[in-house]
Amino acid sequence: MMSSLSKSFRHFVKSFTLFELFQGLGVTGRYFFKPKITVQYPEEKTPMSPRFRGLHALRRYANGEERCIACKLCEAVCPALAITIDSEERADGTRRTTRYDIDLFKCIYCGFCEEACPVDSIVETHIFEYHFEERGTQVMTKKMLLEIGDKYETEIAANKQADAPYR
Amino acid sequence: MDALITQALDIWYLLPEDWQTLILIVAKIVLILVPLMLCVAYVTYFERKVIGAMQVRIGPNRVGFFGFSLWGLGQPIADALKLMMKEIVIPTQSSKFLFLLAPVLSIGPALAAWAVLPFDRGMVLTDINAGLLYILALTSIGVYGVIIAGWASNSKYAILSALRAGAQIVAYEIAMGFALVGVLMASGSLNIGEIIEAQAGGVSNWFVWPLLPLFLVYFISGVAETNRAPFDVAEGESEIVAGFHVEYSGMAFAIFFLAEYANIILISALTSLMFLGGWLSPLEGLLGADHILGTSSIIWFFGKTAFFIFCFLWFRATFPRYRYDQIMRLGWKVFIPVTIVWLFVEAVMVVMQVGPWAV
Repeated sequence: MMSSLSKSFRHFVKSFTLFELFQGLGVTGRYFFKPKITVQYPEEKTPMSPRFRGLHALRRYANGEERCIACKLCEAVCPALAITIDSEERADGTRRTTRYDIDLFKCIYCGFCEEACPVDSIVETHIFEYHFEERGTQVMTKKMLLEIGDKYETEIAANKQADAPYR
Repeated sequence: MDALITQALDIWYLLPEDWQTLILIVAKIVLILVPLMLCVAYVTYFERKVIGAMQVRIGPNRVGFFGFSLWGLGQPIADALKLMMKEIVIPTQSSKFLFLLAPVLSIGPALAAWAVLPFDRGMVLTDINAGLLYILALTSIGVYGVIIAGWASNSKYAILSALRAGAQIVAYEIAMGFALVGVLMASGSLNIGEIIEAQAGGVSNWFVWPLLPLFLVYFISGVAETNRAPFDVAEGESEIVAGFHVEYSGMAFAIFFLAEYANIILISALTSLMFLGGWLSPLEGLLGADHILGTSSIIWFFGKTAFFIFCFLWFRATFPRYRYDQIMRLGWKVFIPVTIVWLFVEAVMVVMQVGPWAV
């Protein structure tokens, strides 16, 4: 009886002095002066993992020969059916693609194509700032993919290298 | 230049006396309203900055002037321009006249109340005797704007929100009125200038000390009255989208926004006038009489008002939204009894000639 009375009295005093409300204001008041952690995006960027999965690229060997052998494993593994490959036998008897399209509207950037590729040909780069302005331009053709691969080869190779011990 | 001034003065004295007063009054109104509107615009900016800071963010910092970002100071201007450019959509089944009248009804009282607020000794548009009564009357009219907006939109979310806001504002109006009765008893006047003069003579004479419960009730009721967090169930975006102004767009929406922030500034200014001695300096007697902070001035009034505006934003960043039945409970079952009890205590003290009322 006595304890419940004192308890309700404590509760009464606590709510009438707005104790917990002032405590809450204290917390936000402290945070008001804390250093801000916002990243000012276009000027500053967050660090990026070597495993980052952005825009796709097709790589070449050091001698300039394209890596892709048209095995179609990526096409088979692609859960979004975003990859379309046609192949032929080239004059030197090797198997090569004539068409390698990735529809970026279908692609979900899961990275399975990169995992499936036996020759490290299709990769996902760190590029994520891109857009399309016309209908149809979202389909990346083999030529475009190879161009990206050529342009960013050093970075792609470095990222592959950095991630290699964990694979 | 001197010739021009004398010429203007000649024209001025040629005018009939009625015209002169009319022009003077209009000039004074402009002098109050233009800075007030600028303040409203920048309170929105200030709000985003303060809440951002409390959430360890930066807040708006991109829009500036002439290519300089200037901590985002251009943001309210850009917002205002955007809202002015937008179409005012009038729902087909709405009551058109009331739909357009509602924003006017909500901003009108919020601005009209400034007529009796003194900024400094004698610096007031109209020094009427029943100033406090006038303010009580006008702050109550604001609820019509909300209710009419909710009803005229012909939307279930809007009507729900209008009912919530209506019940809430009426409930807190009573506690607010009682709190001001306490001020009235302590100062013995309804004139706001005299209420402030009654608090003269240092911090210890401010009404905030003898009327501390009434001060808290008044300010918290003020937060509820303006439908601000944590009493913003009228907006309740998680359950009723945006409240009574869901159907409003463009400038009609902006008017509601302006009214809300004008009310915040008004309540802050009133709290500082009624309980913290308005323009009176807390350093009176401590600093020399010629020191800028030692004398009573408009600076102190603005400083105190700014502090209460900051409190509004601080509350919004801190407290979660009240449940509706708890809002009603707080208003009817806590605030009204508390104010009545304190009025009784105060009345006894006045009769017994104790405390600060032993005049």
